[in-house]
Amino acid sequence: MRKTSEAALPMQGMKRPKIHTFKLLGRLLSYLFHYYKGRLIAVFICIAVTAAAGISSSVFLTLVIDKVITPLSKLAGQDFNAIEDTLAGLRADLFAIIGAMGGMYVVALCASFFYNQTMAIVTQGFLRRVRDDMFADMQSLPIRYFDTHTHGDIMSVYTNDTDALRQLISMSIPQVFYSIIAAVTLFVIMLLYSLWLMFVVFAGVALMAIVAKFVGSRSAKYFIKQQVVIGKTEGYIEEMMGGQKVIKVFCHEERAKEDFDKINDELCDASDKANAYGNILMPAIMNIGHFAFVLVAIVAGLLVLLGARNLSVTGWGAFSGAIIASFLNMSRQFSLNIGQVSMQINSVVMGLAGAGRIFELLDEKPETDDGYVTLVNANIAEDGTITESAERTGKWAWRHPHHADGSVTYTELKGDIRLFDVDFGYVPEKIVLHNVSIYAKPGQKIAFVGATGAGKTTITNLLNRFYDIADGKIRYDGININKIKKADLRRSMGIVLQDTNLFTGTIMENIRYGKLDATDEECIEAAKLANAHDFITRLPEGYNTVLRHEASNLSQGQRQLISIARAAVADPPVMILDEATSSIDTRTEALVQRGMDALMQGRTVFVIAHRLSTIQNSDAIMVLDHGRIIERGSHDQLIAQKGVYYQLYTGAFELE
Amino acid sequence: MIKTLAKSIREYKTPSILSPIFVSLEVVLECLMPLVIMEFIAKISPTGVNSAEAVEMRTILVYGGILVGMAVLSLAFGMLSGRFAARACAGFAKNLRKDMYYAIQDYSFANIDKFSTSSLVTRQTTDVTNVQMAYMMLIRVAIRCPLMLIFSLAMAFTVNVTISWVFLALVPVLAAVLVVIIFKTHPIFERVFHKYDNMNRSVREDIKGIRVVKSFVREDFEKKKFEAASEDVCKDFTLAERIMAVSGPVMQFCIWLSFLLIFLLAAIITSNNLKAGIAVGDAVVGEEQLTVLIMYASQILSAVMQLSMVLVMIIIARTSGERIVAVLNEKSSIVSPENAVKEVKDGDIVFENVSFKYSKDAERFALEGVDLHIRSGETIGILGGTGASKSTLVNLIPRLYDTTEGAVYVGGVNVKDYDLEALRNKVAMVLQKNVLFSGTIKDNLRWGKEDATDDEMLRVCKLACADDFIQAFPDKYDTYIEQGGTNVSGGQKQRLCIARALLKDPKVLILDDSTSAVDTRTDAMIRKSFRDEIPNVTKIIIAQRVSSVQDADKIIVMDGGRIDAIGTHEELLASNEIYKEVYYSQNKIGAAAEGGESNA
Repeated sequence: MRKTSEAALPMQGMKRPKIHTFKLLGRLLSYLFHYYKGRLIAVFICIAVTAAAGISSSVFLTLVIDKVITPLSKLAGQDFNAIEDTLAGLRADLFAIIGAMGGMYVVALCASFFYNQTMAIVTQGFLRRVRDDMFADMQSLPIRYFDTHTHGDIMSVYTNDTDALRQLISMSIPQVFYSIIAAVTLFVIMLLYSLWLMFVVFAGVALMAIVAKFVGSRSAKYFIKQQVVIGKTEGYIEEMMGGQKVIKVFCHEERAKEDFDKINDELCDASDKANAYGNILMPAIMNIGHFAFVLVAIVAGLLVLLGARNLSVTGWGAFSGAIIASFLNMSRQFSLNIGQVSMQINSVVMGLAGAGRIFELLDEKPETDDGYVTLVNANIAEDGTITESAERTGKWAWRHPHHADGSVTYTELKGDIRLFDVDFGYVPEKIVLHNVSIYAKPGQKIAFVGATGAGKTTITNLLNRFYDIADGKIRYDGININKIKKADLRRSMGIVLQDTNLFTGTIMENIRYGKLDATDEECIEAAKLANAHDFITRLPEGYNTVLRHEASNLSQGQRQLISIARAAVADPPVMILDEATSSIDTRTEALVQRGMDALMQGRTVFVIAHRLSTIQNSDAIMVLDHGRIIERGSHDQLIAQKGVYYQLYTGAFELE
Repeated sequence: MIKTLAKSIREYKTPSILSPIFVSLEVVLECLMPLVIMEFIAKISPTGVNSAEAVEMRTILVYGGILVGMAVLSLAFGMLSGRFAARACAGFAKNLRKDMYYAIQDYSFANIDKFSTSSLVTRQTTDVTNVQMAYMMLIRVAIRCPLMLIFSLAMAFTVNVTISWVFLALVPVLAAVLVVIIFKTHPIFERVFHKYDNMNRSVREDIKGIRVVKSFVREDFEKKKFEAASEDVCKDFTLAERIMAVSGPVMQFCIWLSFLLIFLLAAIITSNNLKAGIAVGDAVVGEEQLTVLIMYASQILSAVMQLSMVLVMIIIARTSGERIVAVLNEKSSIVSPENAVKEVKDGDIVFENVSFKYSKDAERFALEGVDLHIRSGETIGILGGTGASKSTLVNLIPRLYDTTEGAVYVGGVNVKDYDLEALRNKVAMVLQKNVLFSGTIKDNLRWGKEDATDDEMLRVCKLACADDFIQAFPDKYDTYIEQGGTNVSGGQKQRLCIARALLKDPKVLILDDSTSAVDTRTDAMIRKSFRDEIPNVTKIIIAQRVSSVQDADKIIVMDGGRIDAIGTHEELLASNEIYKEVYYSQNKIGAAAEGGESNA
């Protein structure tokens, strides 16, 4: 369980953004162009060239027939040896046409190769930049963001949404662009061929658009529904698989099967409908293309029959077989291209929805930091004067520049933390901490005791400014913590949580996380301090043991010891231990406890623990209830008081 | 593999067969249509062989009618095949999920341990989806493309033999290039998916550990780590996509080359034919033939292209198929015997020289040489550190695992002779890692007894000291428990789990560290109510706290898979080192007040 359940924050989840299609598309394109302007322009030019070449075959068909085949057929029955000149002329024409065509194709092939390759590079490069931007932005977000969004939702932006975006960029955008160029060009050429027939094609395209919209919107509806049911099924399967052993123990198999069948049938139904519409779209579009084709042929036949004269943009003319043949070919290509565009509708919609969520993440407001007091290495003279040092001295000081007169003062970092009448609420309407005052002198150990939700973790969240207080003051060595740069504030505080959060990597790397420039010796020293050295050296790979799958190859206690070593190597003057030993069995705890005690020596420590045994020797114990400190004092004082702490201690109360 | 998977088609055989049939009919029509069109064009071409006077209204209407009819039929066939394909593959996927889920329900604990929970989930979701997609491809595209290829080629040959050789020559060229591309990219994709997982893990760890990252001010460090992983993925994906991107231009090259050759050959053939004095009608390769041949060219080559996509799909689905088959073929290691004993006489338990290891290959026994007799109605405490095999010991009683050596008897009968359901209903176990399911408190309690009355539920909840807090909820027993029981505290969850087990009216009740989050006072009250209300039930309690087992009839101290000592509290305190150590470590520092171990 995440500790923040204590805060009872409203889980908002990822709000499904309303898709303002064109706005989103525009933003996405400008984002793309921002990084790859030159290449994208080149790509679009190349696509246009390729599309033009693709269409030109129809034109060449007309040329071949009009200039070569028809003249040839007129020569039928003549002695071919006698008309060698005519034939040579025709041959030259043929080769000229074929040559032009071949030349065009070669150029187009080069263009096609270029744009396909470039798009592969642009797509992947762009996705990388998007991911990097997202990651950088995400990390700068305040803790509040992570507490109010489920991890699964944030993850899916990196996986599902980025995948959808890949589809959109690498496939749909070039395809749609190609099809539009092709369709427009065909449209113009067809106008040059015949206006009458063009109207017929229009009718076909209009019909196609209507059908695509009808089937497509239903298909999209059911695909979305399928997605919802899939989510539901996954959730159900996950719950059941997690509880499989309980199912066995209660002989609940048959009931589990019945329940599963219901939800499985529902998924089958949704998937059936979604795919049915999806599968129908393609044949529907194609056959409407056929209808249009047939219709063009019939109209063309009728026009010829009636001896009607052809009207094109260039004027009146006669219908030729070549015109009809080419036109039919073009109308087919035209409807194919329109069909292609409509086939992309689904992936465009999904890609843009993904882009919407990506932008939403990028648009989140980052954590603000107005702090200007920084932490510096310092030399402290015997008379107490502090001078800044470029090297590591083992002593630290707060460097405090004063805006008014431009002077700089230094304060030694001691670890004196005081809270005065602090109020706080995760949401302004609901204050969860009331009038909290705590004085922690350097080297003292302060403990927090209280039920879940009493506000223990909340207080520590305020110390390192994961959240900012609503009212009151917090002073660190006498300095308002709002004036301290967040990075320096946090660097001066070590933290050990119940969730160890180790990272994939070796044990050495995990310990070094506390201080990136620590030598191996320093890390081992820290491990010894935390009582972790023994078990680490007994592992076959020692400090080079690679932790995988959230360090599941170690026991909870061992993980905890490593996280303590990680905090130890950072050597901060202030430590926060939040339920650091709570999930360890009592025998192991004794071991961990010794590590902790060594670590706490000489530091200001804030401890939260369920086990009162861990906190008995604290300088002060704060008993919290519903965000108020109801009792405070040393263990002995509180026992003598016979209040809540006494009742907890004697087991009369349950601490949950 | 195919055979095992195919078993799940079952009632969806009909649509699975109908879909390819309709696809075939659609293909036939699609291939015939260009021929009819060719005839039609020839009939209406004013400059064609049949000059204008031959064009008649009737011809146009006849051909138009035929073509419209064909398009209508083709549309109908296409839609039907799509409809049936959707049904077939949705149903196939349903059956696959069902078969896997049913198989898993029959798994023993040992089987469950073999697969991780998350992998079982993936296999029933993502893997099934992959196979479903491949199946759809198989019954539609994989049928459609070869047919399209063959028919189109055949038709092309009826139009013009010489020119059709062009297609026959180009098909293998295109196919070869595509196959090379597939086999070149496949290993890259395998590799890159692995890297992709790494990258996602880096994100997941960062999100999960964001408090640690921010506390140690490691944002830049994490950013660099992620960017390295991201670039790694980008490089490989780019490489794979660039190789894939070759297929587009190659396809275009083949199509365009065929166009060039068609035109060139058309002119040459016409010229040669005329030269040879063949009549104009047969000699000229006219516009109608060219139009049709161009259509066939696109159809043939795109069929090859689509076929290669099917191949890719099947390669991807193969791994998924294997993972599904692994689940389906896993045989449950524990099943009820024939003529099983259905009645558990009492809660008497005997371990006879029992040794156990989790897998045959394991070097170490998890449990070794255990001899033990627990009398019906006794209360037994078990104590020991992590890894002492406390849970392992009790798991053998309801036969959640089978012993490797020796035997376990309940009520005087070997557990292997019982009907599993009868045994497990009488030996109630409250697991250490326990789970409440989403549903009301009542729904959860009814797991213990399906037709439990409200009074029965009230009784067990009072026994488990759960009634008090349930009554404090606004919805009382109808309070909705979230998935994983996240809206009740650890101690409340444990007490609900105990109540659920009590509802079974068991002869043996096993609590595997099931009151660790309950405060000591309530813990004591639960034990008292056990003593008073269910005296005849054998109670076995595993605990971390000495206070939880202190008043048991016997306490078993376990260490490293063996029983270290058995005795009463006083006996053990006098003679057993481990017991003494645990007792004093807890009592010296006021273990009596431990609020709880974990609220996780």
